Parts: sequence; C-alpha cells; structure tokens
Amino acid sequence: MNAGHGVTIEHVTFGYGTTAVLDDISLDVAQAEFFAFLGPSGSGKTTLLRLIAGFGTPASGRILIGERDVTSLPPWERNVGMVFQNYALWPHMTVAKNIAFGLERRKLSRAEITKKVSDVLALVDLSAFADRRPAQLSGGQQQRVALARTLVIEPEVLLLDEPLSNLDAKLRVEMRSELRRLQRKLGITAIYVTHDQEEANAVADRVAVLDQGRIQQIGAPLELYDRPANRFVAAFLGTTNLIEGTIDGDGTFVASDFRLKGINGAPGPAALSIRPQDMTLAAPGSGIIAKVAEYEFLGSHTRYRVQLSGHALVIDIPHRHGTPPHPAGTVLGVLIDPNQVSVLR
Amino acid sequence: MADAALAVSLRRLSLAARFGASPAQIAALAFVALFLVAFLVVPIVRVIFVAFTDRDGSLTLVNFQDFLATGLLREAFWNSIYVAAMTVALASLIAVPLATILTRFHFRGAALIHTLGVIPLVMPPFVGAVAMQLIYGRNGSINLLLNEWLGFRIPFMEGLNGVIFVEALHYFPFILLNLSASLANIDSAMEESAQNLGTHGFTLFRRIVFPLALPGYVAGAALVFVKVFDDLATPLLLNVTTMLAPQAYLKITSVGITDPMGYVISVIMVLCSLGAMALSALALRGRDFATLQRGGGGLGRRTLGRTGNTIATIFIVLVLLIVLSPHIGILLLSFATVWSFAVLPDGFTLAHYGTVVRDSLPLISNTILYCGLAGLIDVVLGAMLAYIVLRTRLPGRRLVEQVAMSAVAMPGLVLGIGLLRTYYDVKLPFSGEPFATFWFMLVIAYAVRRLPYALTAATAALQQLHVSLEEAAENLGARKFTTLGRIVVPLMTGGLLAGFVTSFATAAVELSATLLLVTHAPDAPLSYGIYVSMQSAAGRGPGAALGVIAVVVVAIATYLAYRVAEHERGLKSRGVF
Repeated sequence: MNAGHGVTIEHVTFGYGTTAVLDDISLDVAQAEFFAFLGPSGSGKTTLLRLIAGFGTPASGRILIGERDVTSLPPWERNVGMVFQNYALWPHMTVAKNIAFGLERRKLSRAEITKKVSDVLALVDLSAFADRRPAQLSGGQQQRVALARTLVIEPEVLLLDEPLSNLDAKLRVEMRSELRRLQRKLGITAIYVTHDQEEANAVADRVAVLDQGRIQQIGAPLELYDRPANRFVAAFLGTTNLIEGTIDGDGTFVASDFRLKGINGAPGPAALSIRPQDMTLAAPGSGIIAKVAEYEFLGSHTRYRVQLSGHALVIDIPHRHGTPPHPAGTVLGVLIDPNQVSVLR
Repeated sequence: MADAALAVSLRRLSLAARFGASPAQIAALAFVALFLVAFLVVPIVRVIFVAFTDRDGSLTLVNFQDFLATGLLREAFWNSIYVAAMTVALASLIAVPLATILTRFHFRGAALIHTLGVIPLVMPPFVGAVAMQLIYGRNGSINLLLNEWLGFRIPFMEGLNGVIFVEALHYFPFILLNLSASLANIDSAMEESAQNLGTHGFTLFRRIVFPLALPGYVAGAALVFVKVFDDLATPLLLNVTTMLAPQAYLKITSVGITDPMGYVISVIMVLCSLGAMALSALALRGRDFATLQRGGGGLGRRTLGRTGNTIATIFIVLVLLIVLSPHIGILLLSFATVWSFAVLPDGFTLAHYGTVVRDSLPLISNTILYCGLAGLIDVVLGAMLAYIVLRTRLPGRRLVEQVAMSAVAMPGLVLGIGLLRTYYDVKLPFSGEPFATFWFMLVIAYAVRRLPYALTAATAALQQLHVSLEEAAENLGARKFTTLGRIVVPLMTGGLLAGFVTSFATAAVELSATLLLVTHAPDAPLSYGIYVSMQSAAGRGPGAALGVIAVVVVAIATYLAYRVAEHERGLKSRGVF
C-alpha cells in the first residue's frame, strides 16, 4: 500500500446561508500522521472532514492533499477514503461486492479485484464473510467491512467520521487500538472525527480541538491536557477547576480571598486551571485551609468537593486499600503546586 | 495554478454549485414542472377562467349568480355535501371498531381484518354499484327475502342512500389504514406513563390515545370526503343526477363544452375538495406526532374476554359479508343467464365471457397500454422529483412537489373538462385530429391524476436511503450517474415498483376523466366499456364479466406490489440465503 500524503487546510471558511459553520480554519496534517478533530456536536468537525472528502465546497480557502489542490474537485476524483459514522454499507450487495465497488470504478481487471478483495478481507479478519450481506453481520463486523471497503482503494488519506460511535463500550476500546495498529502498519495518513476526548487521546498523534467553527488549539494529547490554550480546551479535555482572577507584579495569583504565589505569568487578569488530581490534602496546619462539602467514592479515587477561600473546588485523591474518606465538614489543608497549574488568559 | 483558481471561482459562481445541483438535475426539474404546467395547471386555470367570464370574454360573477338561482343546482350542491359527509360517518362506523380491534387487542382474526382493508379497494365503486342494486335494491335479494318473511323492505339503495352505501363500503379502508397506522405508531410508553401517573379508562383514552390517533383518522376521513365528492360514475350508474359531478358531466355532454355552468360546477367542486384538504391540514397543524421510540412497541394490547371475542367476531364476519357482497354479486351476475326480481340468478352460463372475448379484447389491451404508459410516466416523473426534492436545494422544488401532490384534490371530471377545453383546438400534425380526443390524452390524464401515488412511493423509498450510501459510492470514485445506476435505483426498485403498480391499478378503474375524454369507441379502456355495458339490461352480463376481469387484474397487481415490498424488506433486514 502507498504511504499517502499530508493534508493542508488553508483559511477555509464554510457556512449555510448566514450561519458560519467553519471560520478561517488552517491546519497541516503530516504524512502518515494519525490526526483527530475533537469537539462537541455543532463544532464543525464533521463538516470539515466532509469538505476534505469533497462533500461541499468551502466559501473561501484551499484544501490540498500532498501538493494537489483539491478544493474544487468532485468527491469521485479525490482518492480520499471515508468511513461513515453509520458505515453506509449497501444492503443490496454482498460484503465482497461492497468492497469491489471502488476497484471496479478504477477499472481493475477481474483477477486483480478478486485478489485485492480477499487480501483486504484477510487484513480485517473477515475472509469467511465475503458472501454475506451487511444485514447478516454484527456491528463490529460491519465496521470492519466499511474500513476494508475504504482501505482497498489505497486512498491517499483515510477519513474516519466517528467510526466507533455505534459500537458498545467494550468493542469500542478494542476497535480503536485495532484502528491504530492498522494505521501504523499501512503508514497511511488518517483523520479521525470524535467528540470523545479519551478516544482522541488514545488514537491520535495530534489533535485539533474545535468549538463553534474555530480551531481552539492543535497539539499532542498530553500537551493539550497539561497546557490548554484557553478555558474551553481546559474544560473540554477532562475535569478542571477554573478560577478567575489577576496576577500581580510579584507573580501572585489573586482571586478575592484566594492567593497562590510563584505563578509564572505576566501581570494582568487571568484564570487558573487546576486539575483535580494535581492537588493534595494535608493536615489543617499546612497549605490553604478548606472544608469538605461532600465526597463521592469512585473506586480508584475519591472525589471531594471542598470550600476553599470562597471557591468551590473539586479534588481527586487516589484511594488506597483501607483508608477511610474525610467526611463532610472536615477542615483540612489543600496543597497546590504552582508549577502544576495552567494560566489562561 | 491560475487556471485552477479560475475554475474554482467559476464553479462557485455557477448556479449549479450554489444549489448543490448538476445541470441534468436542473433540466429534470424543469421537465417535471413543464409537464405539470401543461397538463394540470393550465387546464385547471382555464376551467376557472371560463367560469368567471361571460360570452364576450369579460370577467363576471353572473355565472355564479345563475348557479345560485337554479334550484336544481343548489339541491345538487347540498346533496353532494350530504353524501360525502354521510359516507365519512358510515365508513367511520365500520373502520373505527376494526382499527381498534386490530391495534388494541389480541385477536386471532387479525389477518381477516387486514384482508378486509384491501378487498374493497380492488373493485371500482361503479362496478360494485350494479351488483349492490341486485342484492340490496328494492327488488334485490335481501329485500325480496325480507318482504317474503317479514313483510317489509329497507331502502338501502333508494336515491342518495345507495350512493352513500356503495361509497362507504368502497372507501372505509382509507380510514381503517390511516387510523390503524396512527394507533400502531403510539409508543406504549405514552400510555404507560399516563397510567403510572394515575390515569386509566376513559380519561386515558380521551387525554392520551385519542389526541395521538386523531391525525390518522382526520387524514383518512378527508381523503374519503374528497374521493366521494368527485366520484362521477357511481351516482350516474345508480341514476342519481342531482349531485354536482353528474350535473357538470350532463351540462358538458348535453349542452357542449361552451356551456359555462359545467365550469362553474367544476370550480365549486375544486373549492370544496381543496377546502376539505385545507381544513384537515389546519386541524392537524403541529399535531402530527411521531412518538415511537427506538425499540418501543405499539400500544399495549389487551386480551378480549369471551364475550368481547364473540362480539368482535360477529362484527367482523358481518362486515366481511357486506364488504364481499358486491364482489359475490358481480361474480354471480357475470355467470347469470337472467337475474331480475329474484334472490339468485335463474341459471348460469359462460356466454358473457364468450361475448367479452369476442367483442371486448381491445378494451383490455387499451387499458393495459394506457395505464402501463401512465404508470411508467408517473414512476419516472415521481422518482426524478423525489430525488430533486430530497437531494438538492434547487429553488422551487417544493412548489413543484406541491403542485404535483395537489392532483389528489383535483376532481377527475374537472381535469377532464380542462384538458378537453385546453387541447381541443390543438390539432395533431398529420390527422388534424384534436389533441384532446387523441387516445394519448387519456394516458396524460391518468398520469397527472396518479402522479401523487408514485411520488409518495418514490419519496418514501428515497427517504429510507441514507444519503451516506450515495456519498460512500462517490467517495470510492463513482460519478453521480454511476451512483444513481448502481446504488440509488437498485435500492429504490421496490418503492418504484409499488408506485407503478398503484398508479397502474388505480388508473385502470378511473372513470371520471375517462368519460369526458373518450370520443371513439375503439380507443376506449376497460372502465369505459364496463360503464357503457352496465347502461343496458342486455349489456349487464358482459359488463359484469368485464368487471370481474378488471377486479382480477387489479387484485393481481396489488398482490404483486405487496410481494415485491415484502421481498425488499426481507432483503434489507435479513439478507437472502
């Protein structure tokens, strides 16, 4: 199979009537990279993926695959493979016919088609199912047929539109590592659309977070989590405590009664993002004094809601065998490491 | 690079790109629109125009004053309203209990009710009317028996009663089908949550079940009203002329197509049909609920007790007997030597079928030719329009769809008058014959009148086809045309075939427009032949034989459509082993 090409999106804007769906989107997907578009519903992530496939034309901007400008090409001339959210398998054709369809369009010989179909069926471990119809397969099998049908044409880019959302939780986790493995093996460029941050973190090399038609941040999963660029990214990727306040001249963050020294940031209004697991509890003498409002025992950790200098914070403490939780009303100290907080503007 | 940029800007400027449509799709929409304008809009507008003009061609209301001043026409108007309303009432008396038994209870005879829902539709009411006279008429089987044993008669078929009886027996399935679909679509959770909140019995019915089922009932009732209002052949065959449709027909055929009164009656009929449709749409605005949740079943069913079961069975058997009586009657009549003033025919013969084979085969081949062509036109136009409406954003597509659907509310008689008036002066190239009386005009009239059926079937078929199935094909390198041929058309086959058969079968028994447009006997279709035969006592036998043939043709077509639909469903859900 070929190595594929990168994808370049330059200042793409798109809308229906007066509603803007995508606003000045620019990004680069490197060759053989596994890239994810992450965002809530209505963020424009699926629309952007469909523009790459040719379903819709941007109002302005360009889309390039490798060096080729495909902005105005119809879908059938693009050679990008798309796996649809509902799989879109044709119910009147067998599995083998579904997979052969794209090869027939490429005018391959009978023998070549037969060989490629059986190769790709072996790749997705469905050789025994060639003559079944889609309705006779389970959800996971249908998903793999959809993938095989796309991979068999050796697309330059593989587009995946929430491909796992119709599977149950256990299968979803299996399939995502399966997808990751296949992508590595084939060395193909892949773009994956999802609203599930855990899924994006698990499969993607890099993630673009979208909200309201704009790119909020692009980066590796760990980078996005630890150094979110704004409040939206901080809150969308996992749970966080956001405190609005100001940084004064000597590096102290102030929000009414709450003060935290040693913040690395220019003076001015700012917000702190502190992850629940980045704080620890101590005896009342040390740290900032706080009072437990309530707690939830969640197995691997206990989630406390505490009142701290007029702010309600969520703190996760790992649970160890045999340790009892602190009941509501307990007064204790909270330790916050200024190096483990993110400063947002 | 510069060329590419130019191409991009050109593409963005073009109409096609702006509305997500190719030039071929634009041409297709224009073609459908042109067909509808030429053969539906212009003829109807022409009828309206004539109704509002006097002899010199200036606009006037004098024709409507004449209508109101004529006692006979006022009576005809009220009779038409009365017959249509009473038919809805009588049909409801039959259909509502059946729908309730079917959807609310466990009942072993459910298949029987399903059959009941189809049997009447395969026989045109004007065929049934003659048989009903023989069975329920003043000197029909039932009244002869009643008179002999009990000494009295029941005027089932006297005057307007006869029309109401025949029409109700023919059209009650529209209410049955719509109402039971509506009942079956109520999620059991709707009822259960009301019960959970402490509601039961009549309150539960009044507050939850009735409001949710109402849309189906009203839709069915409105359809029955409109159909009865514009039925021409049934009153004519029962010798009832004081209704609007027969009056318009008599004016046009006896006085000529220049008499304005026929047009005035036409306009009033159109207004009443549209009024009934608009009223039902108004009553249902914002009330068309779909409550069925994923995985949810229909309403909870209860078990009937022994008494309930007995009552239900008796009711269904009684309805079945009455509903089947025209079919039995026409069958008997087609084999009867003489059947007059007797409970049963005097003797049996095959002679009528012999007569049919000797004289009437052209009628049958004409019907197959005309209705086959009309069905074909409908499927092609319906599929094109459905695709454009659902898959493009072309401006005006919804308007064209609405115009096509409005044919449902256009009385066939009015369309016939309009076509006759509009195309009488258009002469054919070689023969010089008026286009209006050329046999192909029948095909066009059928195609226009039945287009709503094919359009509905095609739309339903396409709606079930997720757009991603087409996008997947394009993504894998198939152009629009290949996608149509390999994906869309194969997956719509069932729906399109169902549309074809419905158009074909209903066109085969059309008589309102047919009566106006047939001018040469050799060009006449089956329905016309039956009508003419039934006019004379001697022609009744062969007429009945033709009627039986028509019923068989329609029944076979309906059965085939049903089988195809079932096969399709099986293909999609289970696959074929």
